[in-house]
Amino acid sequence: MSASEFFNMGGYAFFVWSSYGISSIVLAWIFISPIFNKKNIIKELRIKYRQQERQRQDSADSEQA
Amino acid sequence: MKLPAIVHKFSSPKNFYTMSGKMVPWFAWGFGLTLIFGLYYGFFVAPTDYQQGESYRIMFVHVPAAWMSMFIYMVMAVSGAVGLIWRIKTADLMASASAPIGAAFTFIALVTGSLWGKPMWGTYWVWDARLTSELILLFLYLGFIALQASIEDPRNAARAGAILAIVGVVNIPIIHYSVEWWSTLHQGATVSKMDKPSIHIDMLIPLLVMAVSFKLYYATSVLMRGRAEILLREQNSRWVKEIVANEGAAIGGGK
Repeated sequence: MSASEFFNMGGYAFFVWSSYGISSIVLAWIFISPIFNKKNIIKELRIKYRQQERQRQDSADSEQA
Repeated sequence: MKLPAIVHKFSSPKNFYTMSGKMVPWFAWGFGLTLIFGLYYGFFVAPTDYQQGESYRIMFVHVPAAWMSMFIYMVMAVSGAVGLIWRIKTADLMASASAPIGAAFTFIALVTGSLWGKPMWGTYWVWDARLTSELILLFLYLGFIALQASIEDPRNAARAGAILAIVGVVNIPIIHYSVEWWSTLHQGATVSKMDKPSIHIDMLIPLLVMAVSFKLYYATSVLMRGRAEILLREQNSRWVKEIVANEGAAIGGGK
């Protein structure tokens, strides 16, 4: 079986390769998205915790003054 | 009914995060290896079908995806129910992390079925029982996602989602038996027939390997989603603050 025969899929190339192509894209996207999502969540929480810390300090300072 | 204390211990968010972190690489490797083996076997070992020619090779992604669409729905409904009854946060988490993956597999089953139907039946779509009930499954997933996204409070979102998921379970046997109950273009079961599957062994092996591969994909993916989401839901607890301090330094940003 030659490479061109293989990619031709007995005349069904469009249907076979679209099926595998679309499936790969969807599954890859579902797989990768939580990796970026987690990084974003950690970044956002980091900012949030700092703001909370700052507010706590401010209120502590104003109580002393 | 009370659950044993050990279930609560291992289902605590912190334990979930630690244990899933150890499991993810194993599932991911298992997925990768079975995927390579399944695709190789499906394209280079499995013989050409005497009726459908090479077009039947769509089966190796279509059928496992369709199985996963129903399997994930059941996992989602059962974890939703467990979360509802025993108030286990990680069960709620598994339900909501499953939904997008289940929706993806349902979408894949519909699209690849359509691309297989065109050359074999002469049409991309027909409103028969199997195709319509699978489309309803996609809407159930999307409805679940939209419903949870629309409710601010995570406990209420989990509760509403769980009820929707449980009610929607009625659709699962309808999908499964649709090819027997109604006349349809879709072919009947060839693998799950108990006596003897009416499928060539060299077609059955890649089909089952791909099914295992998709299960491992789901295990990997649902845990990764759960691990991201749990940080957000448990953001006020000490262990999340420690993780953010450690991993946040590695990632950088937030300056």
